[in-house]
Amino acid sequence: MTETTNTTVLLDPTNERRVATMERVGRPESLRGLTVGLLDISKARGDVFIDRLEERLSEMGADVRRYKKPTFTKPAPVDLRHEIATQCQVVIEALAD
Amino acid sequence: MNDVSAPVLPDGLVIVVKRECETCRMVAPVVERLASERDDVTVYVQDDPNFPEGVDVVHDADLAVSWHHEVETVPTVIRVVGGVEVERTVGWVRDEWERVTATTGLGPDLPSFRPGCGSMSVDPDLVDRLRVRFGGSVLGARRVEVADLEDEFEAMFDRGWTDGLPVVPPTGERVMRMLTGTTRAPSDVIAVVPPDLVEVSVEKIAINAVMAGCRPEYLPWVIAGIEAVCNDTFNIHGVLATTMPVGPVIVCNGPGTRAIGMNSGMNVFGQGNRANLTIGRAIQLVIRNVGGGRPGEVDRATHGNPGKISFCFAEDEIGSPWTSLAVSRGIDPDTDALTVFPGEGPRCVVDQLARDPESLTNTFAACLRTLHNPKSVLAFDVIVVMGPEHARVYADAGWDRERVLEELHARLQIPGDDLVRGAHGIAEGVPERLRGITLPKFRPGGILLVHAGGGAGLFSAIIGGWANGEVGSHPVTKIVTK
Repeated sequence: MTETTNTTVLLDPTNERRVATMERVGRPESLRGLTVGLLDISKARGDVFIDRLEERLSEMGADVRRYKKPTFTKPAPVDLRHEIATQCQVVIEALAD
Repeated sequence: MNDVSAPVLPDGLVIVVKRECETCRMVAPVVERLASERDDVTVYVQDDPNFPEGVDVVHDADLAVSWHHEVETVPTVIRVVGGVEVERTVGWVRDEWERVTATTGLGPDLPSFRPGCGSMSVDPDLVDRLRVRFGGSVLGARRVEVADLEDEFEAMFDRGWTDGLPVVPPTGERVMRMLTGTTRAPSDVIAVVPPDLVEVSVEKIAINAVMAGCRPEYLPWVIAGIEAVCNDTFNIHGVLATTMPVGPVIVCNGPGTRAIGMNSGMNVFGQGNRANLTIGRAIQLVIRNVGGGRPGEVDRATHGNPGKISFCFAEDEIGSPWTSLAVSRGIDPDTDALTVFPGEGPRCVVDQLARDPESLTNTFAACLRTLHNPKSVLAFDVIVVMGPEHARVYADAGWDRERVLEELHARLQIPGDDLVRGAHGIAEGVPERLRGITLPKFRPGGILLVHAGGGAGLFSAIIGGWANGEVGSHPVTKIVTK
């Protein structure tokens, strides 16, 4: 008996994006003298955690700058991301839940 | 449907026939006479290249001529001048044939009129294949070949395209058929879909609608749903990413809901209605496949809810004593529209004894008071889905939509003393400084009233929302257009 087969061609339902792999920047030897950004996502009590981080990082000689998203429910605005990227060498984003 | 690849018709008379058609066989002598008397007659035959006998014909084997020139009936006679169609007649109407061919005394022994038959190019068994053959170039999506020995359903699971249930394979034929449901071009960009912020075209929506199991007539509702959720106002990014158990709840209004057979009655949130289930599912599949929003990745829900597969229903407008939700949100009556709301699963409100509106409103207020936490205020909106038997209590008392909402809000003013942190032995609550003032459970406009459900049962339903307003999400209403 001859078996006939048909190749099915489907249309891709996805965004067809290739995932770009990005190299991580090297870990700094020390935070002394570096500008460290702390991004508060505006979730309740996230500031408690970030206040403590700021204390610790300042003790280590880092120049700490604070940033805040308008709301935790939406991605950080482009301007804010740009500001952080141009002003800091290191950034810490805290999620409190 | 014409495009640059459409075959140009030769000047003179073009006649399209098929042997299988009785009318074509009847007029064969007329065709033969015209072909022998004139040198500008081109006869295309769809099925048998030896028909009509004695006539030099062109076999439209791939139906390209019939398709591109929109021949729906055979016989069709077209007069062509300078490559352009001037006029045509279909079937056999002697007067018409004589006029188009500028010839008298055609088929004197034939009846003066006989309807034609369906062209093979519109044969339901062939039309999907032809649509892909001649119109498929409009599809831009990447083709994914499933190997002969691969099960296509398993292959789609393996590629991560599904919501956990099987999906319909999105073949070119099915997608082209889906696209007949809208007048928009396949390449039209409808929205930018979070979380990956990717532009989504009508074509990509149609592919996901096929997978969800939609019929073509549902497609405009899916498109409107995507428009409604993908914007900063509704904020599907946040609705997806939140740990709370919410997803887009879609409330449909307008005569189109009845035309496509949506359920607004018995078991309105439940299983069994194709339109309700597949429209909501298609919207979620677009978020997943195009936006890249998947559970465990950007979707961080602690529990989620079953409605995140699909939660879509129609309002019962015919049986409602009130204006519809869409009309209350500024849409003209008799206009198709949908409203999206970031909602959790529905829960039941039982009151089988109230026969007066005050008592029934007290029940609703007491149940609404507990939404998310009895001590939470102003943070969340809610949909109240009023069952017909409850709505009748209000209708009999002459309460309109505004009155119902006003009375509910009035009963949901809560003393701050009951809400502050620690009150009633519950740590959750509002800051101590709000002691002594009264706070509303819901913001103005924060209760959305919808009429739906089966005719028997003194029940209604509450669908709780998610972080409301600018920090989270506002409900969004969009008009549905073909």
